Amino acid sequence: MTRSELIAQLAAENPHLRHSDVEAIVTTIFEEITATLSEGRRVELRGFGAFSVKRRDPRTGRNPRTGESVEVSGKAVPFFKPGKELREVVNGGPPQAGAPKPPARPAKTKA
Amino acid sequence: METLTRAQLVEAIYAQVGLSRNESAALLESVLGRMATALGKGESVKISAFGTFAVRQKSERIGRNPKTGVEVPIMPRKVLSFRPSQVLKARINHEPVGSALDEDS
Repeated sequence: MTRSELIAQLAAENPHLRHSDVEAIVTTIFEEITATLSEGRRVELRGFGAFSVKRRDPRTGRNPRTGESVEVSGKAVPFFKPGKELREVVNGGPPQAGAPKPPARPAKTKA
Repeated sequence: METLTRAQLVEAIYAQVGLSRNESAALLESVLGRMATALGKGESVKISAFGTFAVRQKSERIGRNPKTGVEVPIMPRKVLSFRPSQVLKARINHEPVGSALDEDS
């Protein structure tokens, strides 16, 4: 699923909203998360997961082609830790509240 | 420093888009729910300028209880990984977007 497919699904589900509004909602959500992380703050969405920023220390790296040492400056990297409910959904466990239930499957071969 | 939660995201949608707070909250849940549903089907979710959420299959392996030393099989399972986009990484490091790409050329 891409960003535009997500927007299309939401627009179909909410015919009373303008397409541009649906787009603005999705943009706002990811923009707020990005802005928060860039201030070094955490984002916590219970059930879904948490975004945080991890610091990488500066290190001496090597140019693999020439073998020269180069100073690699420290940097921040974004990190996502999925929440319990999302981990369960991914493993075919109980669906997240609000998520459509998967169709019931007949029980497998019972000898 | 204050953590961003659903409440602030709802407030941002309310302020930016002008929906009611109730509807803003419902739409936020729809976004998260649709992403979770796609991931539950094993699909990856690719949000441009943000990153990609993907499901990886882990095969069964033998683990060990570190306290008792007893070997236990770890069942095959699926794990979720998030790959941040270049844009997100640049924003977090307060670098101009695209500088990472310029270095290569």
